[in-house]
Amino acid sequence: MARTETYLDWNATSPLRPEAAAAMAAALSRYGNPSSVHRWGRAARQTVEEARSTVAALLDAPPEGVVFVSGGTEANHLALLGTGRERVLISAIEHDSVRRAAPDAEQIPVDRDGIIVLDALDDLLADDPRPALVSIMLANNETGVVQPVRAIAALAHARSALFHCDAVQAAGKIALDFDTIGADLITLSAHKLGGPPGVGALITRNGLELAPLLRGGGQEGGRRAGTENLPGIAGFAAAAEAAAAEIAVYDRVRELRDALEAGVAAVAAEAVVLGAAVPRLPNTTAIAMPGVAAETQVIALDLDGVMVSAGAACSSGKVGPSHVLEAMGVGPELASSTIRISLGWSSTEADIDHFLRAWTTLYRRCRGLMPEACAA
Amino acid sequence: MSESRRPNTMPIYLDNQASTRVDPRVLEAMLPYFTEQFGNPHSTSHAYGRIAAEAIEMARGEIATLIHADPREIVFTSGATESNNLAIKGAAHFACAHRQGEKPRDHIVTLTTEHKCVLESCLQLEREGFRVTWLPVEPSGLVSLAALEAALTESTLLVSVMAAHNEIGVIQPLAEIGALCRAKGVLFHSDAAQAFGKIPLDVEAMKIDLLSISGHKIYGPKGVGALYVRRRPRVRLLPLIDGGGQERGLRSGTLPTPLCVGIGRAAAIAAAEMEDEALRLRRLRDRLWTDLARRVRGLRLNGDAEHRLPGSLNFGFPGIAALELIEACPGIAISTGSACTSATVEPSYVLRALGLSEAEANSGIRIGLGRFTTATEVDFAIDALSAAVSRLTGRDVAPT
Repeated sequence: MARTETYLDWNATSPLRPEAAAAMAAALSRYGNPSSVHRWGRAARQTVEEARSTVAALLDAPPEGVVFVSGGTEANHLALLGTGRERVLISAIEHDSVRRAAPDAEQIPVDRDGIIVLDALDDLLADDPRPALVSIMLANNETGVVQPVRAIAALAHARSALFHCDAVQAAGKIALDFDTIGADLITLSAHKLGGPPGVGALITRNGLELAPLLRGGGQEGGRRAGTENLPGIAGFAAAAEAAAAEIAVYDRVRELRDALEAGVAAVAAEAVVLGAAVPRLPNTTAIAMPGVAAETQVIALDLDGVMVSAGAACSSGKVGPSHVLEAMGVGPELASSTIRISLGWSSTEADIDHFLRAWTTLYRRCRGLMPEACAA
Repeated sequence: MSESRRPNTMPIYLDNQASTRVDPRVLEAMLPYFTEQFGNPHSTSHAYGRIAAEAIEMARGEIATLIHADPREIVFTSGATESNNLAIKGAAHFACAHRQGEKPRDHIVTLTTEHKCVLESCLQLEREGFRVTWLPVEPSGLVSLAALEAALTESTLLVSVMAAHNEIGVIQPLAEIGALCRAKGVLFHSDAAQAFGKIPLDVEAMKIDLLSISGHKIYGPKGVGALYVRRRPRVRLLPLIDGGGQERGLRSGTLPTPLCVGIGRAAAIAAAEMEDEALRLRRLRDRLWTDLARRVRGLRLNGDAEHRLPGSLNFGFPGIAALELIEACPGIAISTGSACTSATVEPSYVLRALGLSEAEANSGIRIGLGRFTTATEVDFAIDALSAAVSRLTGRDVAPT
């Protein structure tokens, strides 16, 4: 069954950038342990430290603030648990890795567009004088909605709270600046921006104290023990550098995404794009085909060679409504018929055409021929 | 071959306990999962994700086979440090959260010679209110089974003993420790970062409940490891890293498919070649030791001579500080001990625990021969080390 395969699930993971592959290949030939003092070790150490500066440069952040970890999930845990704040406030649309790291956290509501209700955050902070940590993602993985992080940072700091920002989905897709965001801690993941899976970073403001989650040899300035994932870190840095250099590609990605949404709207007036009224990542769209279960759509599209998802990849195996859409006040019927389409730097018009053909076929089949087969 | 004839090359790598070179066969197996097959293994709704998930399950099976476990008992982690943290803190925190009966199990037994990440995890638990017994070892580096048995009480939750030592290579009597623990209902955790893939391990025969595994110590990639978690009788842990609920809730986060494939392939190669490789490395190591001991008088071997990893040596030249000797041998990459602490100037706490004086401990040198070490390289190391000793002591060494 020779046919085109169209990958539109970039928020789950992205292909490896060639620059990252080259950097990893070079690093794999340096097989020393970065903590060893001999020349093999020193060469490995140099690779790690150069990578630290490169990753920091993606956000114009201080290199010494970069803590390399195994990925976004670990970085979020390190931020939430390592800062040791008694009180943790998270938005209602955070990734499960934040929700589970702080199961007792108080939740900040979002509005219908998926934007944090700033007054609610301020009230929550004002209500309780204990030192708090506020954790709010920069851009949502399911809808792409971008938060007003600068305002959030100002608000948090005015109430002496720390601000952690999970920028896993935003990094590499929109230009980011550490000082402009104003967060004390920022989470990054390599495999979402064209680096390898298995590596990420927590970027901390200078002087911020962090208790380690993993204890041992005292690597990463005592903030994260374990032999550094040398090739992974080198690949991460090369991908970050390429992502920063090619950030303008996302202007074209935005046009493609907008064309996709327009194409869907032209076919089905009742289709809903979530968060369409507010700033979003240029690559992400969450579209509901009312009355057709998301799982049905994902499977049908997959059979046609189009890969999308029904939400976050980690939870794509389980059924149940998305907490993100629920927090936005999206009713269960609409929420259960929403799929996520996410593009990347190498997405093409042909990808969009392929998606629209497959989506339209499915839509027509469900609306006309056999609606009973498509019940949500 | 003299030192001066290798001016622009990297030194000969004899530090295989710190890290190993990725086996070309491992690299070859990993590469497709970096490039074409890049899917998120948890995106099971589409083909890219399913292909990645299948590759991961195969790797899980390869690891399980090597230790006689069930694939469902293997949890992927970011490395042995994480595995050790998860095993020790995870078991303790679960016991704390699900206290059963009158007497809480809040006591942990470990050795003073364990890896830093085990010691630090236990220290954290001690600060949280757990009681920790730090058992000394015999001068050989081996645990005293009688002392271990005496340390176990009704409230002991877990014993953590390294399978094979990272600095001195000593292999502990795992089956005996496992039997002692099982008889008292105590969990047995073993840090097998150095042992996995080098010596036979059998979690059933050895009655091991939790076993930490590393990728980059067995010619696999850095950034990946595993924890064996027994299913029958089930060992319960609280996760350290939670979220998407991957790895049956024990370890969240997107699994790095290429790294999982790499450690799996490395395990499969080790399973096929362990016996021959061990024989070859033992011969090379014995040659290194015998030749060196013949040429340099008064060499001291650290750690048990019998029960040790095939490629591992730790010894000291009386009166010569290890760092001095290492500097005098730029053609070979060796170390004073654990890589994590090799930048510190303090004498090895491991060698001190064997009863060595500060000066003796300061002279300890670790050599790790590996899969890619050749006989020529070993001979070069013998020459380099004995020449350096001769220069540093101003004495002639015995002729070759």
